[in-house]
Formats: sequence, structure tokens, C-alpha cells
Amino acid sequence: MYVAVKGGERAIENAHAWLAEERRGDTAVAELSIAQIREQLALAVNRVMAEGSLYDPDLAALAIKQARGDLIEAIFLIRAYRTTLPRFGATRPVATGEMACDRRISATFKDAPGGQVLGPTFDYTHRLLDFKLAAEGEVAKAPTAAPRNEPTPHITAFLRGEDIIQREPDSEATPGDLTRTPMSYPAGRDIRLQSLARGDEGFLLGLAYSTQRGYARNHAFVGELRIGTVAVEMEIPELGFTIEIGEVELTECETVNQFAGSKTEPPQFTRGYGLVFGQTERKAIAMALVDRALRWRELGEDDLGAAAQDEEFVLSHSDNIQATGFLEHIKLPHYVDFQSELELVRKLRREAEANVAKQNAGNEDAGKEASQ
Amino acid sequence: MAIQTENDVVTQARRDWMSLLAKAPEDRLLALWADYGAAPAFDWLRRPEIGAVMVRGRMGGTGAPFNLGEMTVTRCALTLADGTVGHGYVQGRGKPKAEVAALIDALMQTPEAGALRAAILDPLAGTMDAASTARAARAAATKVDFFTLVRGED
Amino acid sequence: MNVSENRAAHGAFGGGFADPAIESAFAFRTAMSVMAKPGEIRALDTAHPPAPLSSAAGTLLLTLCDPETGVFLAGACDTPEMRGWLAFHTGAPVVGADRAEFAVGRWADLVPLDHYRIGTPEYPDRSATLIVEVDTLEAAGATLRGPGIKDSATLSLPDPAAMAGNAMLFPLGLDFFLTCGGRIAALPRSTQISEG
Repeated sequence: MYVAVKGGERAIENAHAWLAEERRGDTAVAELSIAQIREQLALAVNRVMAEGSLYDPDLAALAIKQARGDLIEAIFLIRAYRTTLPRFGATRPVATGEMACDRRISATFKDAPGGQVLGPTFDYTHRLLDFKLAAEGEVAKAPTAAPRNEPTPHITAFLRGEDIIQREPDSEATPGDLTRTPMSYPAGRDIRLQSLARGDEGFLLGLAYSTQRGYARNHAFVGELRIGTVAVEMEIPELGFTIEIGEVELTECETVNQFAGSKTEPPQFTRGYGLVFGQTERKAIAMALVDRALRWRELGEDDLGAAAQDEEFVLSHSDNIQATGFLEHIKLPHYVDFQSELELVRKLRREAEANVAKQNAGNEDAGKEASQ
Repeated sequence: MAIQTENDVVTQARRDWMSLLAKAPEDRLLALWADYGAAPAFDWLRRPEIGAVMVRGRMGGTGAPFNLGEMTVTRCALTLADGTVGHGYVQGRGKPKAEVAALIDALMQTPEAGALRAAILDPLAGTMDAASTARAARAAATKVDFFTLVRGED
Repeated sequence: MNVSENRAAHGAFGGGFADPAIESAFAFRTAMSVMAKPGEIRALDTAHPPAPLSSAAGTLLLTLCDPETGVFLAGACDTPEMRGWLAFHTGAPVVGADRAEFAVGRWADLVPLDHYRIGTPEYPDRSATLIVEVDTLEAAGATLRGPGIKDSATLSLPDPAAMAGNAMLFPLGLDFFLTCGGRIAALPRSTQISEG
């Protein structure tokens, strides 16, 4: 039960004032600018955009500053902001095959056309703290080579010719939108992918790892991982033609999974798919693994009872704003609830004590009778 | 090959400049516009408003569409004194950017088009091409060569 | 150049709200009030759509429609100017009667009513709202009773029998706005109608 309680306004105001002061920290230290966060903490900005489900680097940087670096709080701010925006429409599906790739690697095909392009990766670093970064200094310019001008084709396109990899059915159906229509189960893959794309990175990482450790194992290889920018096209209703309304950075991961075949499908490779705003590699790979695990029904696989196969479990718990909202609300005043619980427990204890006393009395009587 | 009508050509040209303006860095666009120095009289048909559009992806990169997440867009529409209508649809939350984009869209439909292209659109495209080429060149330098120790086509 | 001149020069782009946030909030308040008090007639004339649409119907469309609400333009309302105006100001797609969230036109062009969605028992709200353009709108004619009406009210209805039939479907059914020039009234599915 919720009962309105008044009071505490001054305490709340003062708490917010102190929060603002703490956010600023020691004023002898220079204040962070939004541009500094956007440029130098870009991966935090990317995570906030992906899970806040709104692509706008400056806004995400502002949210991180306001949230004092608490990324889930920052995501909360972005989610709240996006609900205030009128929606102008939806874009054409982005053509990731046309991506200007900063990075593009495949764990399955060494000699893929377009090559293995490492990009600005943490891979192959030694994970040793670099104390040079503690001091300010100029950064040397990265080397360059003759740039590739043509688009880099998707790796799965080469396997498709052999029919050895599952095809993605063509469709132009309007996808469901979980921000507009309440979830219902079973959800289509469109809703699952939307949910995973905005889901919590840590939660999806844990689930994806569980599939690798044997819970609904599906033998994933990273067929392709690419990071780069794509143009976003939208039809402008009043003009009657399509324009590019912007450009977004995306991370796309396609897994290739061993598949022995089922009653309905021949033996072939199956696919899992991850697509996330920004440079968000860990999240995109995790998304692809969980997407693949959730596809057991359409591929005619067995339900092994694993968490990653349980659509309702995954989709109901992947949203960190829903989760933290419900989790954190239990710290807010529940004085009346608790008062009633307290009275109940006291009553139960009184009854239990009375029962014990009665039993003891009975035992004593029985003892007396026995000794007589 | 489809026969292109004059209308298609005009539409394609307009698509191209609207797309360029939408993606342009705001500060660079505003600086070029300020240097150009035009201040045409206009009336608003729609004042700049910030909104969102839902970005879609495709399952497996090529399959059925799904909703990936939204992005911020600012739009406006205006009409010049001679009645020419200009639309601004730009990425982000820049109301001045949307206004300048709509003004340029309108002026590009007038005899001023050539001067505007030379003063604003071409330099803007140059800036943006240089930025993307610089990234592509860095990416190319991180391409793994499994066969030779030194890459040496140039 | 003022807005009305714009409207003449740019049928598709003029005639919208000058200040969308404020004007649509006031218009929404009006729409909500007349729906909550069936029979009440109020002024609603902020927007100026292309002919033949009334100001009240146009203001209502700008207030209620967006790219996710299908609109059916019935009969003479379905003109290129009207489609352009709706697209520019709302982004709403023009659809057939069976897929419409909103339908607008004269009664003779809107009927029969069984073309429209009336909702489902789980989601009675997944139904169409009809914006009926009428020549007269006055507190006379059919007698209305039900939620939002103290005792009874009277309202001129284009087809009391058909609208009474719709009320029989409650909680499913259609809701109606009646628009006449710059004035509006409403008739929700919850209102009982008897010929007056």
C-alpha cells in the first residue's frame, strides 16, 4: 500500500544542493566539459546512447556528467528525455553492408575480401596500466595507408552462395516497437532484437557467457564484427522522397553457429545477430549469442531449460532502467507497509509463544502424570 | 537503365544537398553561412522543433527490419518572400543548423544556387570527405597482411 | 506575409499551429472536454486546413495525429492538398477505413460504420474515432444520456439510429467528434441516444 506522506522538502532540497557540490568535486580541479566527456570517454557515451536508446553523443555526455559517471543513472536520464520528444517517423533500415568501417574482423575467414581491419582496438594491448596517461602529453598521429573507397561486403554473403548458412527471410514488414506496445509473449525476433539492443550490457554479457559455458551451448564463432558509420535515410512525408537525415556509428556482430539440423531445417550454419549504437563490441557479441540462443523454437531445437533460452526471463530482466527502478524503490518510505508487517509478525509471535507455553504446560502435566 | 526524367534529376540534386546539410557539422555549416553573408527575409511554416526518429536495422544485416533505437533530429520549414519553400531536417538538436539548412534548401531552388554551391555546399562536402578519408586511411593502416611482413604497394 | 497569405500560396504547408506546443495543448483540452461532456459545443478554430475541411476538424487532426495514426480521408476530403497538408503537419499516413485510427469526412462519405475497427474485448481502445463534418451543430435534436451528462442533453446528430446502434456495442465501438466550421461537439460510445 502506498500512502502519501508530507514532509522532508527542506531535507530533499538540501540533499540536492549537496549533490550538486559533490558532483563538482574539488573546485581546485578543472571542471569537465561536455566536449571532454564526449571526446575522451567516448565508450561510456556509446553505452549510454545504446542503452538509453537515443543516439545523441552530446546529450549522453551531459547525462554522464549529471549522473557523476553512474552510467545506469545517465541511461535513466536519457530514457526520461526521449519520452519528451515527438517522433517524426522511422528510418529506412540501415544498410550495414555500406558501412564505412573503422574496424572489421572475422574469426572464421582469414582472407575475406576487404581484409581484417583491426581499427582502434584494445585487443593485443597488454592490459598494463600506462602511467604516461597520468601526465598530459601530445599523442602521436596514427599511421595511415591508402584508404579503401568501396564498401566492404558482409562475410556471410559469401557463404550464402553455397546455401550452407541459413538465409535471413526478406521482408519489409513494419517491426513491432516495445516502446509503444506492451510486451506480450512469445515475442517476435524483431521485438527480441530491439529489447537486446537497449538491454543492460552486464546482464547480456553474463547470459552470453552462460551459453558458452554449456547452458544452451550453441558453438558460436564471430563470423564478422564491424564498427563504423552508416548514413541513416528517412522518407520525408511532405516531400515524398528519401533523404539522409544523419549518420550513426554502429557495431554489428554476426555469429556463425554450428547446427546439426532439426526436423524442419537441414544441417547448416545458423546465425545470431547483434547491432548496437556506437563502438560497443562486447555488447554486440553478447547480443548475437543471446539472440541465437533465443531462436531455439524457430530452428526446431530442444528447450534445454537454460536461462538464455527463456525469452520471458531474458526480455523481462534485460532492461536496467526497469530493473533498477523496481530494485531501488524498496529503499523509499514503506512505513505503512512495514507497520502492518510488524503487527502481523508480533501477532504471530504472540500466538507462537502462547502455543509453546500451552505445549510446555501440557508436557509438564504429562510429566507429572507419568511420575505419579 | 531507367529513363531519368527532368523531375528525377531535380529531386536527386535536392536529396543530395539536403543529405549533406543534415549530416554536416553544425559549427562548420554556421561559419560558412555567416561568411556567405546572406540574410534573406522569410516566414516560418514550421518553427524549428526537436524530435526523434526511430532508426531501424535488419536481422542478420539483410533480413526483416527491427527497431534499433532513436536518434535526435531537428526540423523546420520556411518560405522566402518569393514563395519558395525550404525544408530543414538535420541530425541532432541544433535549431540554428535546421534554420540555415532550410534557408539553403530554399535558396538552392533559386538562381542563387550556383553561388551557394560554391560558397557553402562544396566546401562543406570537402570538409566532410576529408574527415571520412582520414578515418578510412587510419583504418587501412590497421589492416592485417598475412602474407608479407611489409605492406608496400606505394 | 502573414499566415493566411501563406495558406493561399502554400496550401500544404500553411494553416498549421503557430506555436504547436501551446496551441495543441489548448485544442486537446477542448477535445477532451467535449468528449467528457457529450452534447457540449465549444469553439475550436486554431488551424486552417485546405478546403473543404473545417477549421475544427483540421485543428483536431493536428492535435491528435502523428506518424503512427492512420487517417482515412472520406469522400471529398481526400484531395491532394489535404494529403499534403496532413503529411506536412502530422506525418500521419492516409489509410483505408478498415485500418484507420481516425476518419474524417461527411456522414454520407463515412458510412457504413461496420468498415471501422471497434476494438477488442482486451483492448477496446483499438478502435476508430470518426470526425464527422456537419452543416448544423446545435443543442437540439436527439436526447443524450449517460456518463458526463447531468440528466440529459440534446444534440443535432447526422444519423441518431446508427449512432444509437454503435452505443449498443459498448465497451466496444466508435467515438465521434462532430465538427462544424470552428465549433466542435463529441459523442462517445458510452452515450445512450434516443430520438428527440
